[in-house]
Amino acid sequence: MKQIRNFSIIAHIDHGKSTLADRLIQFVHLVDDRQFRDQILDSMDIERERGITIKSQTVCLPYQGKDGQEYELNLIDTPGHVDFSYEVSRALASCEGVLLLVDASQGVEAQTLANLYAAMEHDLVIIPVINKIDLPVADVGRVKHEIEQELGLDAEHAVLTSAKEGIGIEETLEAIVERIPPPVGSTDKPLSALIFDAQYDSFRGTIVSCRVFDGAVRPGDMIRLMSTGRTYKVEEVGIFRLPRESRPELTAGMVGYIIAGIKTVSDTRIGDTITLDENPAPEPLAGFKDVKPVVFSSIYPIAADDYLSLKDALEKYKLNDAALVYQKDSSAALGQGFRCGFLGLLHLEIVQERLEREFDQSIILTVPSVQYRFTLKDGSTVVVDNPQYYPDPIDIAGSEEPYIRATIFIPERYVGQVMKLCMDRRGVNSRMSYPAPGRVEIIFDMPLAEVVFDFYDRLKSITQGYGSFDYELTEYRESDLVKLDILVNGERVDALSIIVHKERARERAVRVCDNLADEIPRHQFKIAIQGAIGGKIISRSTISAFRKDVTAKCYGGDITRKRKLLEKQKRGKKRMRIIGSVEIPQSAFLAALKVDEE
Amino acid sequence: MKMIDYNHLPVPGPRSSVIGEFPGLYIHVPFCRGKCPYCDFYSVPALSLIDGWLAGVEQEAAQYRKQFALFDSLYVGGGTPSVLPVEAFHRLLEALRSRFEFAADTEVTIELNPEDAKAAFFKALRSSGVNRLSFGVQSFIDGELAFLKRRHTARDARVALEKARSAGLDNISIDLMYLIPGQSEESWVRTLEEALSFEPAHLSCYQLTCEARTPFGRMKADGRIAVPDEETERRFFLLTSRFLRDHGFIHYEISNFARDEKSISRHNRKYWRHVPYLGLGPAAHSFDGTMRWWNARSVKTYCRALAAGQRPVEDSETLTVEQFRLERLYLGLRTREGVPLTDACDGAIPVAQVASLEKEGLIRIQGDRVLPTTEGYCVADRLSLMFPG
Repeated sequence: MKQIRNFSIIAHIDHGKSTLADRLIQFVHLVDDRQFRDQILDSMDIERERGITIKSQTVCLPYQGKDGQEYELNLIDTPGHVDFSYEVSRALASCEGVLLLVDASQGVEAQTLANLYAAMEHDLVIIPVINKIDLPVADVGRVKHEIEQELGLDAEHAVLTSAKEGIGIEETLEAIVERIPPPVGSTDKPLSALIFDAQYDSFRGTIVSCRVFDGAVRPGDMIRLMSTGRTYKVEEVGIFRLPRESRPELTAGMVGYIIAGIKTVSDTRIGDTITLDENPAPEPLAGFKDVKPVVFSSIYPIAADDYLSLKDALEKYKLNDAALVYQKDSSAALGQGFRCGFLGLLHLEIVQERLEREFDQSIILTVPSVQYRFTLKDGSTVVVDNPQYYPDPIDIAGSEEPYIRATIFIPERYVGQVMKLCMDRRGVNSRMSYPAPGRVEIIFDMPLAEVVFDFYDRLKSITQGYGSFDYELTEYRESDLVKLDILVNGERVDALSIIVHKERARERAVRVCDNLADEIPRHQFKIAIQGAIGGKIISRSTISAFRKDVTAKCYGGDITRKRKLLEKQKRGKKRMRIIGSVEIPQSAFLAALKVDEE
Repeated sequence: MKMIDYNHLPVPGPRSSVIGEFPGLYIHVPFCRGKCPYCDFYSVPALSLIDGWLAGVEQEAAQYRKQFALFDSLYVGGGTPSVLPVEAFHRLLEALRSRFEFAADTEVTIELNPEDAKAAFFKALRSSGVNRLSFGVQSFIDGELAFLKRRHTARDARVALEKARSAGLDNISIDLMYLIPGQSEESWVRTLEEALSFEPAHLSCYQLTCEARTPFGRMKADGRIAVPDEETERRFFLLTSRFLRDHGFIHYEISNFARDEKSISRHNRKYWRHVPYLGLGPAAHSFDGTMRWWNARSVKTYCRALAAGQRPVEDSETLTVEQFRLERLYLGLRTREGVPLTDACDGAIPVAQVASLEKEGLIRIQGDRVLPTTEGYCVADRLSLMFPG
């Protein structure tokens, strides 16, 4: 156990996390140079393009220290978004230390703070690593000062690196060995292992990533997942080389995987404790939460007859994403589809993008909603996450919406703007504190519905990326809710309905109508787009008819060019839904979600 | 550019969609004295290449001898065919006559620019069998001509038209252009009126279009040419249609007007009716009823291929049934002939959409055909996409 180190890397986007991970992997010769590719741990296209980590990746680096000892360094790469903060917290709970990676030219940026605070909460050793020191604009002195002043960390022994140039890689490995303590735990105690990730493999079923705190697990053991009580027979255990490597056992302190005939990742819960069925741990590890979706939206195929293909794609997708929940749904406007629950809007976007790219689906998503609670006059309560099931207003005795406690860290200079943003989003009961000079922590109680859409994006843009944001669900509170319907040429489009706070309804209606008017192409007739509550119209936009669209130009005998243009338009039309006689493109459904305030 | 050996292309028999019509022959003369800033047709200001080009057209014509036997229209376009010396023009027509058969009443059109119009030239045209002239006048307002960087004045145009008439060439078409920056409705009407004073058989009225990759296109991108708004475009389009119809013309295609039925351009109508046509010369397009192909654009590449005994074809496509229908729809709906109801409804009875388009005033159903109305003409670019299928 003394030779094991478990660590994670915390970094602002673009500060070089993937490159540093690449260099560490290359330094220990885990893959040979011919097979190496950049961002080796980011296996999904979306991750590579957006520069974010969505799925945790773990790699076990064999390293011979300068002291001559052979070490096993487990790097647990974590996702970097508030939607996945629970996953991050479980990954951090599996570590003893973190590398805090700071760009030598940019300095400390706020986005890393939430994860840094989480690391502090877990009492992890934090090693500052100042990267990109090769840049001409690098200012190591200033960055060190910031680390000490703003984060209250000792920067004197910060490791200086240029991951790009391969500078300081060995020093980083040595710092991990020297400064991060080895795990503690007892192999003699009953097995207690923390699940921090699970991935689906089409040949082996679910591959559970875990950190063993006590005991040991071997092939043939019957394990029990403590939250569900289900038991499985272990087929294989091992560690995360590239690719993974089986081992005779995983023992206390180790990070590795377990394959145990678990069919889908949904059969596992991140944060759950694995123990042995015969000799169970007295209690599960602390911190388990059953993560529930907070944002709901329906997914429909663009072409109604692609429903079965979408069903198939969702089933396959779900194998690898336990956080997604879905069930059948149907809409008068869009036909058959699925109601889905997501961890947040980024999660929703990821699911959408992956369904489109990896599963080749053309889909429409409806406006996301949170779960509202209605008390009816007969005393019963209904929970509604789909505006279609909004109760008849006559029957409603009371309505409630979920609230969160939002924790926001920002540099002091942004306080005014951030306070305004929070209050615009119906934030109440604010508290402010100064955890460090120049840094402010603001806590607000806010309706979840106000933050799930674009709050984080707005916060980031207001604070130029320096704002960090985290939240926890607190309670349901009384709220005056209404259902806003959208009518296109007098016809209600059920897929565009929204449940919204009464005071926000008009503003929202105006914006949705405007957005739709921008996205729906002009037709040969005028199109009215209206927002309505009950029978009452509260907003209206009009799309004028096109009056002229003809090229009065000499084409000669080149018929092909014009036909190709028409063919392109024709393909575009296939990505539209006809409601009434109006063709509504997929982009219009997406535009209806946007709530930008500029 | 990809150069394919088209010597071994399959040669399907012409499959005309209009039974009994002969194919048309088009010759592209890729030469101009200078490039007009709005034109995106292929032409070069290198008159020294004329001999090589002519030899090329002769060789190319020989390649199609068997495939196209008989034409009833010949259209010499460009470019500026009137830059050809009289001898070259004679040699061209001679070469075509010796390689192809032409019907007795063949329509022979040549495009010409007013600045090239000399009495001797018209005489030569007449003697070589040209019976239709298409004048690139564009405008009778000097300021507008200057903006278009044309090489003639309004006076040159008047003189040229007079000369043609006195040479006995009276089957005349005039090309005009509207929505030239600075042009008012009044000045456009003045141009139309003056054109009518020459009693043309035919008028082509084009809207100035600033295509990318032309000097005007770049000026449009930089904001140096204001783009007219839709209402203005519509006003000019409807004004043109109304004005010429009031003067007895048939608005038989989006941009084309004929004094009477017999003055409708026989050659151009083939394009819109899916009748086969053969195009010779660089950048020329051809259609045999099934397949479309088009030649290499550069004169040199064109000549080199022919010298090597190859077809100078740049690329080709064989139309699928779906493409065929889309073309029939979009071409047909640009003309007053419209399309058969069976095309519009794809074999089915008139469906709701067709009926609603009629209600919206974009089409008329007459017998078994769908005809565009003037409102339909206004939106012709998307009319073909409004039909199901």
